[in-house]
Amino acid sequence: MTAHILVVDDSASMRQMVAFTLTGAGFTVTEAEDGVIALDKARGAKFNAVVTDVNMPNMDGIALIRHLRALPDYRFTPMLMLTTEAGTDKKAEGKAAGATGWLVKPFNPDQLVATVKKVLG
Amino acid sequence: MSNDLRRFHATFFEESREGLEAMETGLLDLESGRGTADTINMVFRAAHSIKGGSATFGFTKVAELTHVLETLLDELRSDKRPLTSDAMDAMLASVDVLRGLLKAAEAGVPPADDGAALVAQLNAVLSGKTTIAFAAAPAAARPKAPERFVIAFAPKASMFMSGNDPLRILRELAELGTMTVECDLAGLPAFADLDPTQSFLKWTLTLPGTVSEAAIRDAFSWVEDECDLSINGDGGAAAPAPEPVAAVPMPPAATPVAAVPGGGGASEDASIRVQASKVDLLINLVGELVITQAMLKAVGGSVEGAVAERLLAGLETLERNTRDLQEAVISVRMLPVDAVFKRFPRLVRDLAGRLGKQVNLKTFGESTELDKGLIEKISDPMVHLVRNAIDHGLETTEDRIRAGKDPIGTITLAASHQGGNILIEVSDDGKGLNRERILAKAREKGIAVGDNPTDAEVWNLIFAPGFSTAAAVTDLSGRGVGMDVVRRNIQSLGGETVLQSTTGKGTKVTIKLPLTLAILDGMTVGVGEEVYVLPLGHIIESMKPSAENVRTVSGEGRVLKVRGEYLPMVHLGSHFGMGGQERPPITVIVEGDGQKLALEVDELIGQQQVVVKSLETNYRRIDGISGATILGDGRVALILDVPGLIRGRHVVKAA
Amino acid sequence: MNSNRNDVAHEFLAFKLGQEEYGVDILSVQEIRGYDTVTRVPEAPDYIKGVINLRGVIVPVVDLRLKFKLGTATYDEFTVMIVLNLKGKVIGAVVDGVSDVVQVDGEQIRPTPEFGGIIDTRFISGIATVGERMLILLDIESLILSADITGTAPAIA
Repeated sequence: MTAHILVVDDSASMRQMVAFTLTGAGFTVTEAEDGVIALDKARGAKFNAVVTDVNMPNMDGIALIRHLRALPDYRFTPMLMLTTEAGTDKKAEGKAAGATGWLVKPFNPDQLVATVKKVLG
Repeated sequence: MSNDLRRFHATFFEESREGLEAMETGLLDLESGRGTADTINMVFRAAHSIKGGSATFGFTKVAELTHVLETLLDELRSDKRPLTSDAMDAMLASVDVLRGLLKAAEAGVPPADDGAALVAQLNAVLSGKTTIAFAAAPAAARPKAPERFVIAFAPKASMFMSGNDPLRILRELAELGTMTVECDLAGLPAFADLDPTQSFLKWTLTLPGTVSEAAIRDAFSWVEDECDLSINGDGGAAAPAPEPVAAVPMPPAATPVAAVPGGGGASEDASIRVQASKVDLLINLVGELVITQAMLKAVGGSVEGAVAERLLAGLETLERNTRDLQEAVISVRMLPVDAVFKRFPRLVRDLAGRLGKQVNLKTFGESTELDKGLIEKISDPMVHLVRNAIDHGLETTEDRIRAGKDPIGTITLAASHQGGNILIEVSDDGKGLNRERILAKAREKGIAVGDNPTDAEVWNLIFAPGFSTAAAVTDLSGRGVGMDVVRRNIQSLGGETVLQSTTGKGTKVTIKLPLTLAILDGMTVGVGEEVYVLPLGHIIESMKPSAENVRTVSGEGRVLKVRGEYLPMVHLGSHFGMGGQERPPITVIVEGDGQKLALEVDELIGQQQVVVKSLETNYRRIDGISGATILGDGRVALILDVPGLIRGRHVVKAA
Repeated sequence: MNSNRNDVAHEFLAFKLGQEEYGVDILSVQEIRGYDTVTRVPEAPDYIKGVINLRGVIVPVVDLRLKFKLGTATYDEFTVMIVLNLKGKVIGAVVDGVSDVVQVDGEQIRPTPEFGGIIDTRFISGIATVGERMLILLDIESLILSADITGTAPAIA
């Protein structure tokens, strides 16, 4: 059974690239453009991991993670943030919201796959 | 691996273009005071997105420039810096340079301006502030590599809550080298009291000293706050010196936001991106359907009997359905003319600034739609007209005040639908055209003018090649691009240009374009053995002229008197070498570019919608013919280019 | 065009113009049709008969007998039109009749001799000898791209 990943990013090009990379590595991917849509999809299906961008309109990645953690199905699901700054603010905020970890952009696709594989155990 | 990323470039370029537009609009709004609290944030987000995407996809120059731009925007939005005009200029200039860089990157060619100068300019604006500190911590004294590392790892009870698993971390560490593990079970409660979602175990691990300490720390990077951790080198220096803090240099990728100003990225209106070629194919297929339906209609006319009624009723429904489908498909390619209008606020601002004039831009009918292909082509002529209006039409502020006018001049862009056409007007409230100067210039250039030309005829002289009454050809609008080029451009799109002016009050140029070039309402006429199609939009009327209204003017051929006007007659049969009757019984009065002709044809066959087919794909352009179509019986009929015919006659006249 | 001479064998469609046999690269032949009604176009030389509707596309028709001034151009039930397609540009060529497809090796092709101005050698890429037959090979590209058909001068001579 392949792992099902939820990829959230309001940039179509980034989202498609991440989805393409993960699909190529054998994962099943569902895409969402922002936190609201992602939350909706998460309620409808069970994802094994969530990869989300931070800066998004309507609901940003950190709020998304916070909301997801409140759902019983997602209490322990690995959730990765895609952050830009190497600075600590966003990461700390993310961790406080319940993020598992992060990937700093730009990352190369291999890194992404390795990290996702790592968190899925 | 980078090859795989290329497929996403197209989307990135598209997004970035939209983002830059949003940025430009936002910046202009901020400058004119129309911005809201969110405007600067929106501009920041747009820059941030482009920075991210460009870094991810490896467009370093774009990333570098957007990084500095973003820094400036960040300061502005957090009120660390006031919005000054040199900041605004630098930011607007960045938008231009970024457009150029993206365009070059998309084409795979080196850019004209690599942005380095602008980065320096932005930095100059930023300098004096110490907000950005690139603190490169001094390289710590390198400790001697220890014999081994001893790691004490005690996850806090909540580690699982973030989706992290100690087991996963241990596995990761094990990959670094030979690891020994000792587990401390002391914290484990009785099984009955055990909450499996909490962590109670602790570990002591060792790894060889040859392992990079950074790699060990990396494994714990996500969970630093969720565990008690100590990493000690054993048999070597004590606590390892802290890693040098890497200076935050150039841009790591950010999230490219699909910049939709103001609104949400999750747009409410469901829209999809479609390749233009797919839409073209759809239009072609519908065109074929129209032809087939017309053929069936023709055949249906000769069917008899009881079945005939049902068949004809069905064919009528088919015709309605086809027409509806056709309109729907054509509208797919239609976009609001705002796509063209929106580049003008920036243009007007820059031009007005450069010329030291005060200009206000008004737009009307931005939502009026026209074919996508036309939008791209109409931009240049309009830019030229607006440049002309600002440069030559509008007076300087002092002159305007002296003339009792509002010191701020107004340029108006207005679009509307009229029949099967779209009208676009470019007008100004400047000094208007000077009739005498134009006549004088025309005489100077040897252009023939009648004795008492109407104002319309005088204004039309401006469209003559090489005509320019500007005393000095300014850098902006004069460079060899005259009104004649504008008119020719519009003509090549199947449209017309009309100029109106009132001295002292202003000038208005009206561009008329057909809504679609693919399908035409036409009147089929017979000339000899051939069938020709006259575009209905150019037909005024058809008649059977009486002999007394036909005169012969020496040197000009025959003319027809219609309501006081004398219109030149064109015998289509001999014009095209197709034969036909010597004195065709029917005359069709047509109009183009404001002038009329009387076309002589042998018979009026009918009226129908025709699908325009290209003659030039496999053959060549023929003067006076704008294309071809396939009739219901499968025959090819040529479509007349009325404005072309009219122009052709005028060339003959002037020679 | 002539670079193919030393290559692998090429197939040519053989057709007749007057008394002579001509050949055209089979790869450029889209289809063969009868000669039907043609819509005349203004400002065309006599050898461009007009345009036809070929499944929705407007295609010009060139009568090769008139263009090369060979024999008499008659239009009867045997008149044939070869539809040529080169890189998407389509024209119809009217000929006296189509024979067969001939395989020609590179060595069988000889350069065009001077015909003393009888035939316009611009459009001829070589002469092929196959057994008893002599095929005059047509240079499709120069024909399709010639000024009277495109309205512009050809890019390559």
